[in-house]
Amino acid sequence: MEFSALLAQLLNGLAEASSLFLVAAGLSLIFGVTRIVNFAHGSFYMLGLYVAYSTVEYLVGRLGPAGFWVGLVVAPVAVGAFGALVEIVLLRRIYKAPELFQLLGTFALVLVINDATLYLWGPEELLGRRAPGLAGSISLLGRQFPTYNLFLMVIGPLVLGLVWLLLARTRWGVLVRAATEDRQMLGALGVNQAWLFTAVFALGALLAGLGGAVQLPREPANLALDLRSIGDAFVVVVVGGMGSLPGAYLAALLIAEIKALCVGIGSVHVLGLDFSLSKLTLVVEFLVMAVVLVVRPWGLLGKPQAGSRNSAPAEAPLRPAGNGLRWVALVVFVALAALPLLQTWLPYASVLAQDVLVSVLFAVSLHFIMGPGGLHSFGHAAYFGLGAYGAGILLKVLTLPMPLAFTFAPLVAGLGALLFGWFCVRLSGVYLAMLTLAFSQIVWSVVFQWEAVTGGSNGLTGVWPAAWLGDTAYYYLTLVLVAASVLLVRRIVFSPFGYALRAARDSALRADAIGIDVMRVRWAAFVVAGLFAGLAGALFVFSKGGVSPDVMAVGKSVDGLVMVLLGGIQQLVGPLLGASVFSVLQDSIMRATDYWRAVFGGVILLLVLVFPHGIAGFFQGLGNAWARLAARKPALLPREKRA
Amino acid sequence: MSLLQVRDLSKAFGGVRAVDGIHFDLHEGELLAMIGPNGAGKSTTFNMVGGQLRASGGSIQLQGRELVGAKPRQICHLGVGRTFQIAATFASLTVLENTQMALLSHHKRLYHWWRPVRDQYREQALALLEQVGMAAHAERPCSELAYGDVKRVELAMALANDPRLLLMDEPTAGMGPQERNELMALTKRLVVERRMAVLFTEHSMDVVFAHADRMLVLARGRLIAEGDAHSIRNHPQVQQVYFGSGKTFERPPQEPQP
Repeated sequence: MEFSALLAQLLNGLAEASSLFLVAAGLSLIFGVTRIVNFAHGSFYMLGLYVAYSTVEYLVGRLGPAGFWVGLVVAPVAVGAFGALVEIVLLRRIYKAPELFQLLGTFALVLVINDATLYLWGPEELLGRRAPGLAGSISLLGRQFPTYNLFLMVIGPLVLGLVWLLLARTRWGVLVRAATEDRQMLGALGVNQAWLFTAVFALGALLAGLGGAVQLPREPANLALDLRSIGDAFVVVVVGGMGSLPGAYLAALLIAEIKALCVGIGSVHVLGLDFSLSKLTLVVEFLVMAVVLVVRPWGLLGKPQAGSRNSAPAEAPLRPAGNGLRWVALVVFVALAALPLLQTWLPYASVLAQDVLVSVLFAVSLHFIMGPGGLHSFGHAAYFGLGAYGAGILLKVLTLPMPLAFTFAPLVAGLGALLFGWFCVRLSGVYLAMLTLAFSQIVWSVVFQWEAVTGGSNGLTGVWPAAWLGDTAYYYLTLVLVAASVLLVRRIVFSPFGYALRAARDSALRADAIGIDVMRVRWAAFVVAGLFAGLAGALFVFSKGGVSPDVMAVGKSVDGLVMVLLGGIQQLVGPLLGASVFSVLQDSIMRATDYWRAVFGGVILLLVLVFPHGIAGFFQGLGNAWARLAARKPALLPREKRA
Repeated sequence: MSLLQVRDLSKAFGGVRAVDGIHFDLHEGELLAMIGPNGAGKSTTFNMVGGQLRASGGSIQLQGRELVGAKPRQICHLGVGRTFQIAATFASLTVLENTQMALLSHHKRLYHWWRPVRDQYREQALALLEQVGMAAHAERPCSELAYGDVKRVELAMALANDPRLLLMDEPTAGMGPQERNELMALTKRLVVERRMAVLFTEHSMDVVFAHADRMLVLARGRLIAEGDAHSIRNHPQVQQVYFGSGKTFERPPQEPQP
């Protein structure tokens, strides 16, 4: 390709890097100080764009062209103020919660903000006006280059410099850096952390808002921007190192330039095959992240994280199921088995039950690595999807008979887990969550783009069970397989393997010292979880008759997390309860209102704020409190007498 | 031949030589204490023997087998048990299950996935707990125990692989005087019964002088004295390091200045 075209692409990459950096910088700053991974950061970016659209439209009418620039300044400030409000109202209540709950809480915000935006601005895309004075283009080596991109190229390093000055040269900056280093020590020295946290959060939101606002002339405001930009921002922050601003800029630069190169070079010819590099752009950032995390687990310029000081309290030892639980399980099983007989009165019940059963298996498989394993996966949908697509491809493309396709599908997911798990078990905490997310994104984009085999965005259709597994028979197959899997997973949790997994979670140091190969145990668990998720996927695809890439999107992984946490991560029945309640709720809310996302977000927030131990934990706590109350009564009496 | 031979062992963190060429031997049936002021290199030495840290130079041989470069879990399978400065057990497991876990690992049953843990190696685990005096608490969760009791559970776990060598990093920290002496008397008994050896670090000089057969004194990463209680008490350099000039962190006087 021509040199000038490549140069133009690289310059575009610089402009792109600025945009990435603005969002990532705020995320990194907030994480550094509050240790909260703010899922809603992409929403601030989106809001920045929407608010900038409205303020610019309004101010240009009043002030003429200067209104554009005033609007561009007003919008981020407004987003920053909104961020402060969010911090005061919501985040202050979850600083002490386990890491996972913070992620979920901010994810709920994403849903609420998205629906609020839909309500305020409507579903149409809104394209802002061009920047007065920078609307044209300049000539570079005979190519036209938009002037506005020059402005963008400058603004990233400029903000980096300003924030660096703020942190390095002001008293406030010293406090922020001290908080990044050791929050508890800072608190012990008498610094009012509450307002420090609020200020940092507001600054972070402001930066995200600025990142959105400056995109006004280039990108139409739309409702998909929040998740898209948060994905990019996560990758940038993780690659650069959590909490490191120069790292964030370096990572933004790296990713933007690699993307630009992929687009610029187009397709290459290697070993007689044509590779289209431009198709790589969807996944290249995740590939970069996977490589960086494996080579430098703390990111390019990051430091190893101190262990989270507010992890969940120690779990109670596992007890084998009592008679009560066994009876309940049996009754539920019989009731589920009876559902198809009630078809006349409850025509929809067995359809819903089918979905619930698949969700239960998915949640149980995720819980296996999250609960006993302590490995927080944000990409578990990948294995569900691999199972579903595996079955579909074996059936349609390799034309295997349905029973064989069904049997091999979980193995496809297991193989995926074998490969990805090897990388994932080397990390922990937020980095692990991000790497699992990256792998699921990679699988998603492969499925999305490999149209010849996967059907691309349309997915696969016509994936039906064999004739002898008609309607009711397939429901019974699902019921039996899910019940057997749930019992098997339970069996494994009580076996030496399950105990080794819990031991490694409780204390990797001690596990190592008594001769347990912690990584291998975790790896094996990852594969087991992948197999069961794959089975759930296979059950899913044959019940729906097809599959689309949505089943392995980020949203599906988060659904799984919500199910597990809703039920209660510390109890083995948690995922069963959580998945059932979740599926039924989602089904009824989605049919009742257009704003189901906001309702769903509200439910998650309620869960995070009111039921931090999930449904099962809530009932157990209630039981314990009752037992304590019952035990205390006699002891209280003598004291009352004395009084 | 001695059980453990440490030769010219060193560890550098950047430019700091935390452990600087130490030699010592440990014999079967012996309770060897490693003492020295803060920063002397005790824990570093310990973690190198246990495999948590990799030595920068020198060798550590257990019955002729090299430990430098081995991972902690491999060292465990070679017959080394250890306890940590801050006791590490599995908080969500009961005392019994903790001990069973150590036994299951020793017998290489970690990947068995069918039979419940409940009735595997139960008797052996109870016997170990009996030895450390924790059998009565077998069914309690580890997270509920008093700290001294957690240390006993840790000891039972460290004994599960029938170790030839037991490493104990400050075994009596956080215990009352009575408890300390009990634990050390117990350790001495175990050493004799099981014909193993113990290497331990300790800050309480009462414990060291009352229970150790022999002691090593470290200062600034170097071994400055070695011997029994009497000779250590009267060793001029040791006195200087601990009480003498007050300049604990100066280099020993006879050493050539760089």
